[in-house]
Amino acid sequence: MQITVDGKRHEVDVEDDMPLLWVLRDELGITGVKYGCGIAQCGACTVHIDGEAVRSCQVLAGDVWGDVTTIQGLGTPEALHAVQSAWIDHQVAQCGYCQSGQIMQAAALLAETPNPSDQDIDDAMSGNLCRCGTYPRISAAIKTAASKLREV
Amino acid sequence: MSRLEKITRRTLLVGAVAVAGGVAFGTWRYRTPYKNPLLANLNKGDAALSPYVLITPDGITLITPRADKGQGAYHAQALLIAEELDVELDQISVTPGAPDMAYWNKALAEEASEFLVPAGGFMQDTAQIAVSAASKFIGLQITGGSTTIPDGFDKLRAAGASARETLKLAAAEQSGVPVSDLRTQSGAVILPDDSRLPYTELAARAATLDPVQDVPLREPSEWRLIGKETQRLDILPKSTGTQDYGIDMSMPGMVHATVLMNPSQGGGLGKYDTSEAFKIRGVSSVVEITGGLGIIADNTWRAIQGARAIEASWPKGPMPDTMEAHWQALSDSFNDSAADSRKRDDGDVDTALGSDAMTAEYRAPYLAHAPLEPLNAVVRVDNDGAEVWTGTQVPRFLQANVARLTGLSPDQIKVHGQMIGGSFGHRLEDEVVKQATEIAMQLKGTPVKLTYSREEDMLHDFPRQVAMARMRGSVKEGKVEAYDLSIAMPSVTGSQMARQNQTVPGPDSQIVAGAFEQPFAIPHHRVTGYRAPELAPISSWRSVGASSNGFFYNAGLDELIHAAGADPLEERLRLCNDPLSQKVLEAIGEMSNWSGPVPSAGTGRGVAFTKSFGVPCAEVVDVRQTEDGLRITDVWVAAEVGTVVDPVNFENNVAGGVIFGLGHAMFGEITYEDGVAEQENYDLYPSMRINQCPEITVRGLENGDRVLGVGEPPVPPAAPALASAIFALTGERMREMPFSEFVQFA
Repeated sequence: MQITVDGKRHEVDVEDDMPLLWVLRDELGITGVKYGCGIAQCGACTVHIDGEAVRSCQVLAGDVWGDVTTIQGLGTPEALHAVQSAWIDHQVAQCGYCQSGQIMQAAALLAETPNPSDQDIDDAMSGNLCRCGTYPRISAAIKTAASKLREV
Repeated sequence: MSRLEKITRRTLLVGAVAVAGGVAFGTWRYRTPYKNPLLANLNKGDAALSPYVLITPDGITLITPRADKGQGAYHAQALLIAEELDVELDQISVTPGAPDMAYWNKALAEEASEFLVPAGGFMQDTAQIAVSAASKFIGLQITGGSTTIPDGFDKLRAAGASARETLKLAAAEQSGVPVSDLRTQSGAVILPDDSRLPYTELAARAATLDPVQDVPLREPSEWRLIGKETQRLDILPKSTGTQDYGIDMSMPGMVHATVLMNPSQGGGLGKYDTSEAFKIRGVSSVVEITGGLGIIADNTWRAIQGARAIEASWPKGPMPDTMEAHWQALSDSFNDSAADSRKRDDGDVDTALGSDAMTAEYRAPYLAHAPLEPLNAVVRVDNDGAEVWTGTQVPRFLQANVARLTGLSPDQIKVHGQMIGGSFGHRLEDEVVKQATEIAMQLKGTPVKLTYSREEDMLHDFPRQVAMARMRGSVKEGKVEAYDLSIAMPSVTGSQMARQNQTVPGPDSQIVAGAFEQPFAIPHHRVTGYRAPELAPISSWRSVGASSNGFFYNAGLDELIHAAGADPLEERLRLCNDPLSQKVLEAIGEMSNWSGPVPSAGTGRGVAFTKSFGVPCAEVVDVRQTEDGLRITDVWVAAEVGTVVDPVNFENNVAGGVIFGLGHAMFGEITYEDGVAEQENYDLYPSMRINQCPEITVRGLENGDRVLGVGEPPVPPAAPALASAIFALTGERMREMPFSEFVQFA
């Protein structure tokens, strides 16, 4: 089947019921997308499909309905997305393992809600688990990214 | 093999081979120092100026042997070396290096000696020296016990200083300018005319010199990096999905594997039928390993699907049948035959308590480590050696275990440390590496990548100890008069070290850690530890014994202070007999604007204090009643660490530790039924989410002489401060975790 990831079209030979997460990680080598739980409880695997944040562990390969964007397509070390840049400014990461998913969820939130309230942030981000406890910096980074994006 | 790998590869021949253009000495000498492992295979022109500094014409590499599992250890270690070496953080790369005796952890060894002796004084000093020597002999390159900073603070700065002065000596030889006229800055020696000789160009000459030893360390007023906000070395990759963790490892010819282990730990391999597994595309084989099966496929998901398709019946392990039986075993342990230690016995407790003492009982459940990165390892076994790629806090144990399983010698096992996606003590165990090795031994020459499913990870975690405490106490004239605390738990140290084929004689100080050493001069005060039998196999969980005992000690004290009619903070301050701890309590009072347990209607405020890992740490927690339940609104936390080495990491570790402690106190619990953990994923093992996270204000105090680590100390006071706040609001005592069994959280 064909799948478009980070602007690049790929032909993949996988079962229809293989979760997108594993197509990305093991078939395409896009390892910035993380496996944490496999049951949509942690959000580490979050990617965008046509701009919408989804848990890639719950989307089957045969059901991918649009273009996929991963953390590695959102921005790069050379050309950072505003959310990534805010994550760096606030030094959010500890172990960093959940942050790909946190950043993708935050980017989707800001695309839809450019000026989120604390409640908006809580509502959008509560599905993304961080076991190190970086939540205060995540909230602060989202607010910084929001104001940067509004300036553009 | 990369050049660096070649250079850092351990070899026993290091002392005997001619080292091309390389020379190395450490300033970390401890009596007779270990040989510098970087000396092996140096290329001409490279200089390994100590086990921590490697300079080649291509660049400067700092060796940071303590594992990074999110606590920022690579950055903090590099920062300490760079402070004296005079390099900028963007001029260096870091690597954990290979397992080697040279990287032993002295601070942890001294802490470990607590396990061996019942009390302080001369006996303990003697034991500490003996344990230091023994640990050095076995080269305990362990990351744990919040020791990375205390262990490295002088050692790593000295390594940087020695390398710097040796480079200046090389520059003096090359330029003819006396050393006294040279200075260093940003990776170069600067001549009086301001011309620069980069370290990388001086490496070849420096390598021919005897490194300058015993260089005086700079005064704090001269520090450029220590105590300043710097950008973490890993922050860019961790914000762009480009940080590779162990689970992201890939190499040519690699196969994917997972395991299906007996869900009842220790039960061994049962009967099984693999026919359905082989119907899964890509599943190539199923092999027997100790206690379960390894499933090999061409993709992680296919391996996991294969494991799920296997029908198996498993013998039950040695654990009790019910959770009630676990608690009963603890309850039965409060007797003389199980007495393990009485490290505190002040005054005359029995007389002071009389016949009408207050009593209460407290419980702390098993807790999973559950870091977000499931355990994983890549292992390749060949006839003449083996290689391991994994994130580990115990590289030397792991190396020995792979050697034992394969019949190879430890120097034939190469260990490549990987970045770790969270640990909290999980990576102090190496079962996953042993299992990957057993699979790889059956696929010689093929790299095998073993990835646990989340379910396997949680089912086979060695959790935090289950524990119970009993308090008796009395008050007199508005003051706490007598406090007798008895704690029963299985030995974490014993369980953990048994898996490494090590025995730990004598009492286990972790049974009473976070309780017996608290700086409160209660007139009649006793802390007794009772050693319960091993029930579930357990392991170190962020703050170890203090994770349960900080709760027990503060909860009991809180009840006594309330009975005395005293203020929870004022009475702690009155009883406190340690000036550094007193300042921490004063700071928390000032930060929170303490005015008592009910600052305003509909709110409750609690305070707790625990000294653990040498760090006095106090926390104040505010809760508020909302329509949806109790909400934690604010937390203030103060910790005394001597010197805040890295303020960004400090704040992040402390706030994270508070969240970790609160989240588990609210929701965390692992229970066993028929020897099997009943929680195998995050849906049944909830922890704090962003919508439940309070405002957290952190302050580091720097009054003490000892520089201390802060990964663990913020955890123990969190649960009791929350319990105290809930009592202030609701009048209900939280005597058992998780508190969500008794109150609704918003």
